[in-house]
Amino acid sequence: MSGPAAPVASPPAGQPAGLAFDAAMESEIAAILARYPRPGAGLLPVLWLCQRRWGWISPAAMSAVAARLGLAPAFVEGVVSFYTMFQRRPPGRFLLQVCTTLSCQLCGTGELVAHLKRRLGVDFGGTSADGAFTLVEVQCLGACGEGPVIQVNDDYYGDLTVERLDAILDRLAAS
Amino acid sequence: MSASILLAARGLAGSRSLANYRSRGGYRGLAKALAMEPAAVVAEVRASGLRGRGGAGFPAGVKWGFVPTDSPKARYLICNADESEPGTFKDRELILVDPHMVLEGIAIAAYAIGARTAYLYIRGEFVREAAILDEAIAEARGAGLLGRRVLGRDFDLEIHVHRGAGAYICGEETALIESLEGKRGLPRLKPPFPAVVGLFGCPTVVNNVETLACVPHIIVRGSAWFAAIGTQRSTGTKLFCVSGHVRRPGVYEEVMGISFRELIEERCGGIRGGRALKAFIPGGSSAPVLPAAKIDTPADFESVAAAGSMLGSGGVIVMDETVDMVWALENLLTFYAHESCGQCTPCREGSDWALDVVRRIRRGHGRPHDLETLRRIARYASQGMTICPLGDAFCGPIASFLEHFGQEFEAAIAGATAPPTLLPVLPLRSDRGLFDHGAGGA
Repeated sequence: MSGPAAPVASPPAGQPAGLAFDAAMESEIAAILARYPRPGAGLLPVLWLCQRRWGWISPAAMSAVAARLGLAPAFVEGVVSFYTMFQRRPPGRFLLQVCTTLSCQLCGTGELVAHLKRRLGVDFGGTSADGAFTLVEVQCLGACGEGPVIQVNDDYYGDLTVERLDAILDRLAAS
Repeated sequence: MSASILLAARGLAGSRSLANYRSRGGYRGLAKALAMEPAAVVAEVRASGLRGRGGAGFPAGVKWGFVPTDSPKARYLICNADESEPGTFKDRELILVDPHMVLEGIAIAAYAIGARTAYLYIRGEFVREAAILDEAIAEARGAGLLGRRVLGRDFDLEIHVHRGAGAYICGEETALIESLEGKRGLPRLKPPFPAVVGLFGCPTVVNNVETLACVPHIIVRGSAWFAAIGTQRSTGTKLFCVSGHVRRPGVYEEVMGISFRELIEERCGGIRGGRALKAFIPGGSSAPVLPAAKIDTPADFESVAAAGSMLGSGGVIVMDETVDMVWALENLLTFYAHESCGQCTPCREGSDWALDVVRRIRRGHGRPHDLETLRRIARYASQGMTICPLGDAFCGPIASFLEHFGQEFEAAIAGATAPPTLLPVLPLRSDRGLFDHGAGGA
């Protein structure tokens, strides 16, 4: 539940127009495609690979993926925009995904949200001035027994109070 | 009546390792199944009465039996670990405690339907859980439990973990299949059913994690043993996920038919802060809400249906006397309006419209005819008006909140402070783009 958070790789300053997969990515892509009878089925895993590598899915990344898998760039963009977890602009170092669905709200998410917005000086969708934290609202994270729950990058943090949350944010900000 | 079959290893150190699982008898079910004819495995599971644990409650063995045995096409088994129904968090627990049990269930099911490739579709947020499964698969492969010639028999099987990327709708089996094929998760019209035309156009069975986890136990101990647990038509144990205003929320494995009173008051220690129970949602957020008076309802498929709701996924959301039910419905509708895939007009427009109406009621702009409007939306976006059950999923809550707690909505409308207007008082889709869920959108 509360292992060390893996920071999202920092996004490059500007995505180059022609993005290329390096040898390591190419070998991962080959391993992914071997799992499916059709290359198109590898789209989500390849997009995950890109997001892990570049921190977000830029238009250049979508074009590169489309070319690699033999898909139309517009089709890839359609898929990317359908799923909430693909980031279409670079997030801060830590993506704070606050579950605001019923069970978490019954357990006090409202207070956490008010505190987070105050502390970070942003609304949902915003990134703190120091670029450390991006705050987003998400639907049920599937950990309702530990509400209120926030996912920070890959890690879940549950049973949160304002104090616990502050301690977590302090630790992450200093990392 | 507490039971410990699926979560027997909870609390055991190292329960996720293959060695630990085998020391508890793990993979004996697979060995036994591989010595049987596939049809006999299907028959055994059908005789156990095992019903799908993902929400619909369809008999698993019957579903397997729909796969044509004479098709020249490949067949696929998909384990649905997309667990996204609000209030549900049992599959995650199973994966965290006993991933090999899930893999063994997948292997037996794949053998039974003649699949040589299985995919485990897991929601994108479960990054750690996906890694745990990948590790378990590698371990099982190394031990000859997966891969070529499983356990030295004439049976090959590969299991691949496939991560979703944030979309509730992908828990619906045909949307899941679309997503697995690399597309947007738009549900397909049925028929044809996936058992005939599923993944890559081939016969496919989609089973929930908990359903598959029951399978090794059924094979080892026999269908009669399983069928004797629970009630006549709801056999076995069930994982109940209790969340909200209880003292001890969490996942509880219970024999089917335990009463919600026992579950909430005894297992979970009752309501926090000594408050009174107001309402509970018995089977995940799509299940109609029940008032406190129904707390003695037995938690099995038939009894919950008779009480006017559904057992669904077993996600029990508990609300105490302080909860404003107009607020609670607004919260649930926010979820459904966000998660509607947008394919069918009644669901796409209905979920947004209903949310808008409930919002204005709660903010003092309610109009006299609003409840009738909500009832009409609930009627016309459900019961076959949409391709998938998401329409029913948001209409059930609307109808049941109005049935049991209508006076709260009426009071909010009667106390409306703002003058009624015919125009929407809040911008439609003010905070969510319909196809634009990314951080850069909306």
